[in-house]
Amino acid sequence: MATLKELSKREELLAGGHRLCAGCGASIVVRQILLAAGRNVIVSCATGCLEVATTIYPYTSWRVPFIHSAFENSAATACGVEAMYQSLKRRGKLPVDEEIKFIAFGGDGGTYDIGLQSLSGGLERGHDFLYVCYDNGAYMNTGIQRSSSTPLGADTTTSPAGKVIPGKQQYRKDLTDIVEAHHIPYLAQASPHNWKDLTQKVEKALSIKGPKFLNVIAPCHRGWRAGVNQAIELARLAVETCFWPLYEVEDGKLTINYKPREKKPIIEWIKLQGRFSHLLKPENEHILRRLQEGIDAKWESLLRREGEK
Amino acid sequence: MSTNELKGWKEIPIGGVIVEAGNSARYETGGWRTFRPLVDRQLCKNCLFCWIYCPDSAIEVEDGKVKGINLRYCKGCGICARECPAKAIQMVEEAKVSAGE
Amino acid sequence: MGKPVAMTGNIAVANAMRQINPDVCAAYPITPSTEVMQQFASFVADGKVDTELVTAESEHSAMSACIGAAAAGGRVMTATSANGLALMWEMLYIASGNRLPIVMMVVNRALSAPINIHGDHSDGMGARDSGWIQIYSENAQEAYDNLIQAVVIGQHRDVRLPVMVGMDGFIISHSIENLELLSDQEVKDFIGEYLPLYPLLNIKQPVTYGPLDLQDYYSEHKRQQAEAMKLAKPVILKVAQDFAALSGRKYGFFETYRLDDAEMAILTLGSSAGTARFVIDRAREQGVKVGLIKLRLFRPFPMKELQAALGHLKALAVMDRCDSFGAAGGPVFSEVRSALYDLSPHPAVVNYIYGLGGRDLGIAHIEQVIRDLQEIRQTGSIRELITYLTVRE
Repeated sequence: MATLKELSKREELLAGGHRLCAGCGASIVVRQILLAAGRNVIVSCATGCLEVATTIYPYTSWRVPFIHSAFENSAATACGVEAMYQSLKRRGKLPVDEEIKFIAFGGDGGTYDIGLQSLSGGLERGHDFLYVCYDNGAYMNTGIQRSSSTPLGADTTTSPAGKVIPGKQQYRKDLTDIVEAHHIPYLAQASPHNWKDLTQKVEKALSIKGPKFLNVIAPCHRGWRAGVNQAIELARLAVETCFWPLYEVEDGKLTINYKPREKKPIIEWIKLQGRFSHLLKPENEHILRRLQEGIDAKWESLLRREGEK
Repeated sequence: MSTNELKGWKEIPIGGVIVEAGNSARYETGGWRTFRPLVDRQLCKNCLFCWIYCPDSAIEVEDGKVKGINLRYCKGCGICARECPAKAIQMVEEAKVSAGE
Repeated sequence: MGKPVAMTGNIAVANAMRQINPDVCAAYPITPSTEVMQQFASFVADGKVDTELVTAESEHSAMSACIGAAAAGGRVMTATSANGLALMWEMLYIASGNRLPIVMMVVNRALSAPINIHGDHSDGMGARDSGWIQIYSENAQEAYDNLIQAVVIGQHRDVRLPVMVGMDGFIISHSIENLELLSDQEVKDFIGEYLPLYPLLNIKQPVTYGPLDLQDYYSEHKRQQAEAMKLAKPVILKVAQDFAALSGRKYGFFETYRLDDAEMAILTLGSSAGTARFVIDRAREQGVKVGLIKLRLFRPFPMKELQAALGHLKALAVMDRCDSFGAAGGPVFSEVRSALYDLSPHPAVVNYIYGLGGRDLGIAHIEQVIRDLQEIRQTGSIRELITYLTVRE
């Protein structure tokens, strides 16, 4: 449980000079995670904004070992690295006192959709690794296409708010629930605005053996059509409106890490983002209501479940 | 921005492997800025929120105190200014500031 | 010297893997290669190997895990067939692009659709551009021997390329044959210690794998791969030489049979060579000057060596156990013909597409090929360039 001052003394493991957008939420998430994790990690990353912008040959921003192989297989790739670690350790070919952790990154694109199988396989087989999804709610790197994590009603380039169809027609998938069904020792949702909660979760996860999962909201001002300086503000509001509850499940036991004193209506979050601007029209009020209902239902169920001990 | 001398196929490691960790430090994204953060030392309380929220690790911290902005990487996103609880950071037009330098 | 056994191709291959005892094996089952991994899994469960076995949830993830493991820095093997190979198609290119010496047994089977689980070369041939070294085996002995040699070839510092070894699905994979196994120690000594290049697990020297190449660097990385294929050829011969000293069994880029004084020849890969040899012997008894060349190495393609071996022929029949739809003949035919184009004069070359989906190649079929070759020899002209040999009209 480090203070900011203590964290600031640690080595920056994501070097400057990467080409993620100014104000990118994902880079804030990754910086915080690496500060919490320390140097003895090997990172695997799916194709996407994070991977592409941090490893443009001949430059790399990673000060730890890093591998990108393809889009849908960050988990499988990490599992391969971890398997080699287990094997070589068992064969006495690695330094005895050196413990290495494995972190696989993927965007919501590379995790919820094309990467779901690979994630599921890795979790099910029980590899000792941490999977972190940086969730910006769309396939951002290829130009803001909808993913199964895109919120209901959002305008994306493949679910445009058009004259006939007003944005994405489906609720977003609850990946954290799907991960929970794999009965892994630890999973949680986090947000970069609450650096303390996020870094604590990383430290806790890495102290546990077996598969772990962190779903972290990573606001993308470009895709969300918001101000370049609003990533942290949007993350905070996502939590305050309970769109993105901060909770953890450790060995099946649920703990809600943050309960807003005053749960804000989702419109407070919606109105800051251009991708939802059409939802403020009276004819789309029903979509806004469905969105609110979905958020409320999830929040209620979390509260109920936590209450049942 | 650093220049990149293009190397021939015999001069680079095989497999596209990059062997120099963190060498993006040589690629200076500071040229992206249209706004530059200015820190008011009087108001700054060294809470380090700006540092933890900077996407580009461009806030320089030494011994728990904000030393300054690393202008080689700062892209001028303004998150630091927005999140500073003491309102100690202002975003000013890069063109104006650098003209004065 | 060797231990004589009777085994199916799959079990022989599994035993080769047992003796190699790779650091990691990540695989997914598919007929007819499934048995390789099943047998290997038994070896793991019985403690006969201490390989870390990853039972991946798909072939794509299997190859992804192989890539992660190889980049981490150790010896990696796997096995698959047909649509499994096809599913990992993008990962094949990524394995070779990252220069990871993964060794894979491909039990050659037809690609869907319609689904067919039997032997043909459409899977391996479909991957011929992927940057993997490709070796084809005639029988269980060759499959065993080739897999062991593949480990040494791929890991060589001049090569650093993944290697796939093929054997005909069901025909070889599931038939019991007599073969000789080397001793465990002989295999261990032959493959030696694995020396990783740029291992991820060396966290003191962090490296980045799989960066984004823009237009300014991709060509250079690909040129390196082309160079590695060139350098692989002498390595393959040297490894075969060392293997011959150990086993008494000689290997090269191809194997010739009664070719030196032949006027006509058949070129083929895999198990059909056995049938061809039998029919050629009978033809020779009738005074027909026909020979056989069995191609072992398909990638890198031994162009110069084939020119030297085949230049004296008047007519050559190239057998393809797969088709390349809409192409100028089957894959082996187009490359062999291209190789011979530079010679003046060059043999008349014709193509036979045969044995698709496990269709039997019989004595009568080879007899027909020889008759066709004789006709070409006599008339000096080709009646049919490409013949679908084993299909019902």
